[in-house]
Amino acid sequence: MATTSSEPTDIRDDPSKAEGTAVAGTFDDAQEMHGRAETDPLELLRETGAALRLPEGVSVDAGDLVAEVGEDETMIINMGPQHPSTHGVLRLMLELDGETVLRTKAVMGYLHTGMERTAEDLMYIQGSTNVTRMDYLAPFSNEAVFSMAVEELLGVELPPRAVWIRMLLLELNRVSSHLLFMATNGMDLGAVSMMIYGWRERELVLAFFEKVTGLRMNHNFIRPGGTAADLPAGWQADVLELCRAIPPRLDEYDILLTGQPIFTDRTQGVGVITPEQAIALSASGTLLRSTGVDWDLRRDQPYLAYDQVDFDVVVGTYGDAFDRYAIRLEEIRQSLRIVEQIVDLMPKGDYRVQDKKVTPPPRSRIDESMEALIHHFKLFTEGFKVPEGETYVAVESPRGELGCYLVADGGSKPYRMHIRGPSFVNLQSLPVMLRGGLIADAVAVISSIDPVMGEVDR
Amino acid sequence: MTPALLAAGDPLFDEGVDGAVLVIVALKCLVGFLVYLTAVANMIWFERKLISFMQNRIGPNRAGPIGLLQTVADGIKLFTKEPLLPARADRTVFNLAPWLTAVPAVVAFSIIPFSVEPVEILGKQTRLQIADPSWGILLLLVCSSVAVYGVMLAGWASGSKYPLLGSVRASAQMVSYEAALGLTIVAVVLFSGSLLTSEIVISQAAEGPFGYLPNWNILRLGFVPFFIFVVAATAELNRPPFDLVEAEQELVGGYMTEYSAGGFMLFYFAEFGNTVTMSAIIVTLFLGGPAGPVLLGPAWLWGLIWFFVKLLVFLFMYVWLRATLPRFRYDQLMDLGWKKLIPTSLVWLLALAALKSTQGKSTTEQVVVVAATVGGSLLTYALLSRAVRVGSRRSTEESAPVDPRRELRGTT
Repeated sequence: MATTSSEPTDIRDDPSKAEGTAVAGTFDDAQEMHGRAETDPLELLRETGAALRLPEGVSVDAGDLVAEVGEDETMIINMGPQHPSTHGVLRLMLELDGETVLRTKAVMGYLHTGMERTAEDLMYIQGSTNVTRMDYLAPFSNEAVFSMAVEELLGVELPPRAVWIRMLLLELNRVSSHLLFMATNGMDLGAVSMMIYGWRERELVLAFFEKVTGLRMNHNFIRPGGTAADLPAGWQADVLELCRAIPPRLDEYDILLTGQPIFTDRTQGVGVITPEQAIALSASGTLLRSTGVDWDLRRDQPYLAYDQVDFDVVVGTYGDAFDRYAIRLEEIRQSLRIVEQIVDLMPKGDYRVQDKKVTPPPRSRIDESMEALIHHFKLFTEGFKVPEGETYVAVESPRGELGCYLVADGGSKPYRMHIRGPSFVNLQSLPVMLRGGLIADAVAVISSIDPVMGEVDR
Repeated sequence: MTPALLAAGDPLFDEGVDGAVLVIVALKCLVGFLVYLTAVANMIWFERKLISFMQNRIGPNRAGPIGLLQTVADGIKLFTKEPLLPARADRTVFNLAPWLTAVPAVVAFSIIPFSVEPVEILGKQTRLQIADPSWGILLLLVCSSVAVYGVMLAGWASGSKYPLLGSVRASAQMVSYEAALGLTIVAVVLFSGSLLTSEIVISQAAEGPFGYLPNWNILRLGFVPFFIFVVAATAELNRPPFDLVEAEQELVGGYMTEYSAGGFMLFYFAEFGNTVTMSAIIVTLFLGGPAGPVLLGPAWLWGLIWFFVKLLVFLFMYVWLRATLPRFRYDQLMDLGWKKLIPTSLVWLLALAALKSTQGKSTTEQVVVVAATVGGSLLTYALLSRAVRVGSRRSTEESAPVDPRRELRGTT
């Protein structure tokens, strides 16, 4: 953050202050929101929701900014990190005039666990265990994007069944993630029952995940080289049962919320963002599509086998919270449509590459083949080596463009891994969307971005 | 105070005050208070259990049979916990505020009549009603106005920002909706001809139109005041969808964020107590209170049964609303109150007054007067709303928020 804090209370600027100060020094001064007079003009501009990036050499003069209200008429309030509707540990500093939000500053990092750094200490084969914990509502997306990046560097070609299994899980994961959005969005707007209904439907999907991977979340099922196992016997029936059970429930959501006058009043025209602003802020996913920008990586940069299935990209018009709700509701239906096609088109064959250097040998081979045992041992102690190179792979996660930038130095661990977290990027548009709204709108807008703080802070 | 002021409609004091009268009064207070406490405790259980069923949950089921003692357990827990006083709180006001909210909730309950006809107790004729003051239904408005102070002061005295926002919302919301509430009560009083709740019930127990319809105010006043009263009462109670004052998702806990232990319990008690009281008031004002057919046994028993059945309908409705509806936004709430409920109740009240004043006159005269009243008020309303719209358009033009980027574009 480019701000130069001139607060005299900051211990960093004035070391003499540190002595005799009983307060433990958590240097969060740069994260606080200050009064207008003490704030850097550029910072002020950002906090008031200016989406533009400044060209080089252009400076902002405080005199250029028009003061809308007197300094003593506003109140700076801290929302989060412990707040019922900041989706975990998001912290917002808001400047309020009455209940109207004038400035917003999103403060992040309360869930920082150093996953990108951890990835440098873990072998590629361990990597998916690490990344799956980032976006804990869409773990398969994390695993898939990491595995695809590794595979691209390795240059291995996946057997078709592995590709289709991944697609099946990714789409079901989108369903479960969006169902949870339905739950939390309803909850944030005060429709408490909706929360339970959303969780109830999500439970159906999670039960299937548990059957496939043994876990409800953090599956570590999609791994470099394919998947951890084949789908269990009878999976088609389970998936078709999901496709049969969930759509009627979505129709019930329509009855409960979509046409509900209070709900539409609360969401329509709230948190509006224009396509230009959304693009300037690098927004992606539902947030971008709600403004009418027709952009979905599944269709526009096809990965896996998305070019072989038929689905519609759902696009909004007004860029408000209601559009984002409606898009997600329809995306559940579209994902189920994809899933139904996957059941029909699922190819036979292996679920992982049979490359002894990348994937472990089948369990039965270890008992009879010394070579297999050695490969197994080497793989799980040293891992496999990835040739030098770098790559960026992106998938359309339920939250937007989830990217993985991977640099390999020829060893068995990544030299650098960086994740482009869609929640993190989408949250940058908060100052734009919150400006001029009420506190109640702020809650609706945060909810409509559907951020996962695990992914924001990583 | 003379007994007449406190019990204008009750025949108990007709023959002067003696020992038996005092015993009866004490007994009524005691029984009434116990009934109220039980009702509130059961309302909390009822709400939790019912909303659980609506949400595919089980709800409280540990303490006592089907969780019936859960509220008692919670109450004991809360009262024995250590109350926390925030560092920046105003101690006196902070401790006083919960009582300001809880006591009026109990007091307002005392004017509810549970029987139409007087009952004989200890050789005295008396109504099943704790107090029947000559100011009758006005006591409800008094109590709900005082309760606003509790909420407002609680938020103000907490010395923290979220409760402050909650108390600002509370004072605005409850004061606005009291206007609509009061206007519909005027309509009821106009047709019943008395402020006394007992008289209001008696007038509704009379034989209704066509001989088979009840003479309830909901029918006599033509539904609209009833709906306005229910909506305004819900807002007055801070029940969903009007629970902005304690909107958990926005203001954490609103005015009661900083309260714990006993203070929190009193607010909680007041909230559910008010729900019971307000439902009872709705039943009394619009649905004839205890009025209903007497089948077998004593009339007062059937009065109690009918009253309880009608009460349950509204308690169920409140839980149902909470389970179904999202929350209003602050400005939408104000719009609904000031631009819809208050004008509608005013127009309706005028029409009712016109109807009442022409009673007994010829039908043509009646039609002309009512039509003139309604037409005139609608015209006024149209002009007023036009004026409001023009005014608000002007003000948005003048104070349109300046886009900071516009300034920036000028410099680049």
